[in-house]
Amino acid sequence: MTQKNDIRWLPGFNWVTLFFFLFLYLPLFILVVFSFNASRSATVWSGFSLEWYVKAFANDDIQRATKNSLIIAVFSTTFATTMATMAALTLSRNRAVKRKNLFGGVLILPLMVPEIVTAVATLTFFSAIGLSLGLGNIIIAHSVFCIPFAYLPIRARLDGMDENLEAAARDLYSNKWATLRLVTLPLLMPGIVSGAMLAFIISLDDFIITLMVAEAGSTTLPIYIYSLVRVGITPEVNAISTVLLGVSVLIVTVSYLVGNKK
Amino acid sequence: MTQFGAKIRSHAALIPATIVIGIFMIVPILIILVYSFLAPGDYGGVKPEFSTDAYQRLLFQRDLFDQMVFDPAYLKIAFRSVWVAVVSVVGCLVLGFPVAYYIACQSEERRNIYLLLITIPFWTNLLIRTYCWILVLRDTGLINGGLIRLGLIDEPLTLLYTEGAIALGLIYTYVPFMVLPIYAALERLDRRLIEAARDLYSNRWVALRHVVIPLAMPGIIAGSILVYIPALGAFIAPDLLGGGKNLMLGSLVQLQFSSARNWPFGSALAMVIMAMVLLCLFFYARSAKKNGGGIQH
Repeated sequence: MTQKNDIRWLPGFNWVTLFFFLFLYLPLFILVVFSFNASRSATVWSGFSLEWYVKAFANDDIQRATKNSLIIAVFSTTFATTMATMAALTLSRNRAVKRKNLFGGVLILPLMVPEIVTAVATLTFFSAIGLSLGLGNIIIAHSVFCIPFAYLPIRARLDGMDENLEAAARDLYSNKWATLRLVTLPLLMPGIVSGAMLAFIISLDDFIITLMVAEAGSTTLPIYIYSLVRVGITPEVNAISTVLLGVSVLIVTVSYLVGNKK
Repeated sequence: MTQFGAKIRSHAALIPATIVIGIFMIVPILIILVYSFLAPGDYGGVKPEFSTDAYQRLLFQRDLFDQMVFDPAYLKIAFRSVWVAVVSVVGCLVLGFPVAYYIACQSEERRNIYLLLITIPFWTNLLIRTYCWILVLRDTGLINGGLIRLGLIDEPLTLLYTEGAIALGLIYTYVPFMVLPIYAALERLDRRLIEAARDLYSNRWVALRHVVIPLAMPGIIAGSILVYIPALGAFIAPDLLGGGKNLMLGSLVQLQFSSARNWPFGSALAMVIMAMVLLCLFFYARSAKKNGGGIQH
């Protein structure tokens, strides 16, 4: 810890850091607190109540949107993580592959293109080829931009792994596939789980791409929340938002703990 | 086995991800590039005739006599987007640099906790995080409510639906992108360099200015780009915190593909955003080459 006698100490930086964390968490805290508010007001406190949660959970539209969101997130996470794992294994372990930087660049391309551009480009493409699969369209779009989020933790884990273990397995007459199944994948698992979880929340939370690509009847939770927010601020929005927030925080924390496991 | 066959085999596991991104990301961007040079269809979509109208509309408007006259309306929106994005980058830097430095000076255990605390909000829903600021900024919100109750003001201040609110929302959203790369650059900072500077009679701030900041520069540049790119094309913050009157490029693009139904113009605008991003990445690549470093993951 830096003390005033530390050579690196700079006065005021500790206060900026404190302010920074308040700035980061206070708005979220306010949202959560007012989701338990008894009155309709979303900003004046008048007692504890779970009324808005009960209302939100009983709402048919919310149930349908949640179901859509979960279906989309599960499928796109599966696709994106599978493709990302295969690509990461090849780029990290196969010495025959040339132009690794180029392939690595393509894999993280979805992170470089602004979301609004991806959104309208995907919409245009789907309409140009006449693709209309309902939730399928959204699943395809999500799988694409989830790839880098799954790829980066998996690749990081692979690069940090001791390749001697795999070499030892090969020395002991295990073939390529057995080595992959019995040595590489079990060691890689924390990276895969962590990558999959990140892909899952990125899909669950996506708004702008879904907004442009979604057809009628494929409303997801963020889109539903957006439609409510546009009409007005209600405690019900706070309640659903708090639930979604809680899910994300939970998944990220677990992903972090799993990913950092030695 | 032929050489080609061997090549395919060694790349086989790479193919799905590359093809998926190629078909559903690169091809669509090329399509909107083409669309930006076509004429708009009557009900959305395009007509297959070559036209540069979409790009001309950025600067000119047809008047009653079918003459092209200079019209800065869209140029203003583009400038506002760049301006708000630059303000956000500066805001993130001013707030993020001290935080990154402070964290880099902590013990490893504490560093990891701080880093997790910075990452958690980033992974929560962008829409919800922006919505939180409506609760804080609106006329009956917490800031105005608090100030009125304290008797400091009588009328609520207009905080929401301003450019300042948009910039605040963007800073809030993207400040982790600034902190993390700067932290990565400072984490390996050799404290002996600071000691040397202090031994040579520089005070704390001179050492910061001449030793720490130059060493943090790759992180500062990477962070600025990571904030600038999404801020430029932002949709949610301008839409929710800026209201209708403070349009930015992102919302303008969205509008062309929804209610305005002018796909070529929307495509042209998307290309303008892409061009600005590419320009930015180009300068980054050049400076990274000069510094001999790259983005630190």
